[in-house]
Amino acid sequence: MAGEAHTSADYIRHHLQNLAFGQRPDGTWGLAHSPEEAQAMGFWSLHLDTLGVSIVLGVLFLYLFRKAAVNATAGVPGPWQNFVEWVVEFIDTSVRGSFSGGRNLLIAPLALTIFIWIFLLNLMDLVPIDWIPGLMSALGLPYFKLVPTTDPNATFGMSIAVFLLVLYYSFKIKGVGGFAAELALHPFGKWGMPANLFLELINLIAKPVSLALRLFGNLYAGEMIFILIALLFSAGIGWGVMAGFLQLGWAIFHILIITLQAFIFMTLTIVYLDMAHQEHH
Amino acid sequence: MNINATLIGQSITFAVFVWFCMRYIWPPIVNALETRRKQIADGLAAAERGRHEQELAAKRAAETLHEAKVKAAEIIGQAEKRAAQIIDEAKAAAKAEGDRLLAAAQAEIEQEAHRAREQLRAQVAALVVAGAEKVLRREVDAKAHAELLEAIAKEI
Repeated sequence: MAGEAHTSADYIRHHLQNLAFGQRPDGTWGLAHSPEEAQAMGFWSLHLDTLGVSIVLGVLFLYLFRKAAVNATAGVPGPWQNFVEWVVEFIDTSVRGSFSGGRNLLIAPLALTIFIWIFLLNLMDLVPIDWIPGLMSALGLPYFKLVPTTDPNATFGMSIAVFLLVLYYSFKIKGVGGFAAELALHPFGKWGMPANLFLELINLIAKPVSLALRLFGNLYAGEMIFILIALLFSAGIGWGVMAGFLQLGWAIFHILIITLQAFIFMTLTIVYLDMAHQEHH
Repeated sequence: MNINATLIGQSITFAVFVWFCMRYIWPPIVNALETRRKQIADGLAAAERGRHEQELAAKRAAETLHEAKVKAAEIIGQAEKRAAQIIDEAKAAAKAEGDRLLAAAQAEIEQEAHRAREQLRAQVAALVVAGAEKVLRREVDAKAHAELLEAIAKEI
């Protein structure tokens, strides 16, 4: 266990630190070897673990689904095509149910990507928490956080992309005037314009923030509990056995959470985009 | 847990993935689903049409069968009538032939009888003359009495 030589606090801190790459205080570029160093790198640094894992999983998703898409026939589907079709139909039904903005070829593939990708990212939470960081320290990397959705950069990155799409469609469908009017003239009419603007802007900003924080918070908390359970393993046989059961129970429960969070992120994205497509009267 | 350029990296990655999914994954699968849906719908429609046609054919067959039965009965009726007619005709013909033969036989009999009577009369006349000649011998002038005898012979 990675925490053997450290205190519990160190163990937790170690697990919560991303593998940061950026400019060190002495001016050279490289990996941060302590949380303080990572902090000092400022904005222009990258979390290599977050990006790496999400790109690998994203490419895996695209590769597997592309394989099904290339071989897709209208005849009898194979098992994999069957599964992909089931997922696609599920997404398609969700989009049809929530999105009323007419024909938009982006929404459904966007929803599919969000759902599968976030699901896969969340799924990394079920990998025992010391395996990959342990492997990576053996390879000489000081930190490695396997679950990208426990990094707010990842969740905010996605929610900001969604937010940009919301803004794009708001301007495209309603026009600059229409969108401004929607922000300024509701809910109190034109005499309450400052209050309207204030409320509506908060409402608007709350969308990406809540989208990102909900996913991050759920997964971060889940990860945290896994870490705490892992700490129990070093507290003697009795605690260790109990921790085993706890970990199993929490992991099973977490299967629900990770799927649900992926689904919520997808559904809210569809709903926000649907709202962006709707004209207010 | 600090915000940094990973944010931008993640957004770009996300955008690329969405683009790829939209361009290369979603359309073929949805097309395949749509095509299959259409094929199934077509198949069901064809089956429905087939069943309908089969029903029609069955109905038509029943009609044809019924028609054939009616026609057959008609033909049998006609044949029976014709047979009766032929029998009647044959009977009539036979009767007529019989009558004709009967008439011919009667006529022949009549003729035979007549001829026999004539012969008999001639012979009787001769016999009478011969008898009278024998009775009267000389006095009898054959010539004078021939007329009388002739008359007698005719009365027979």
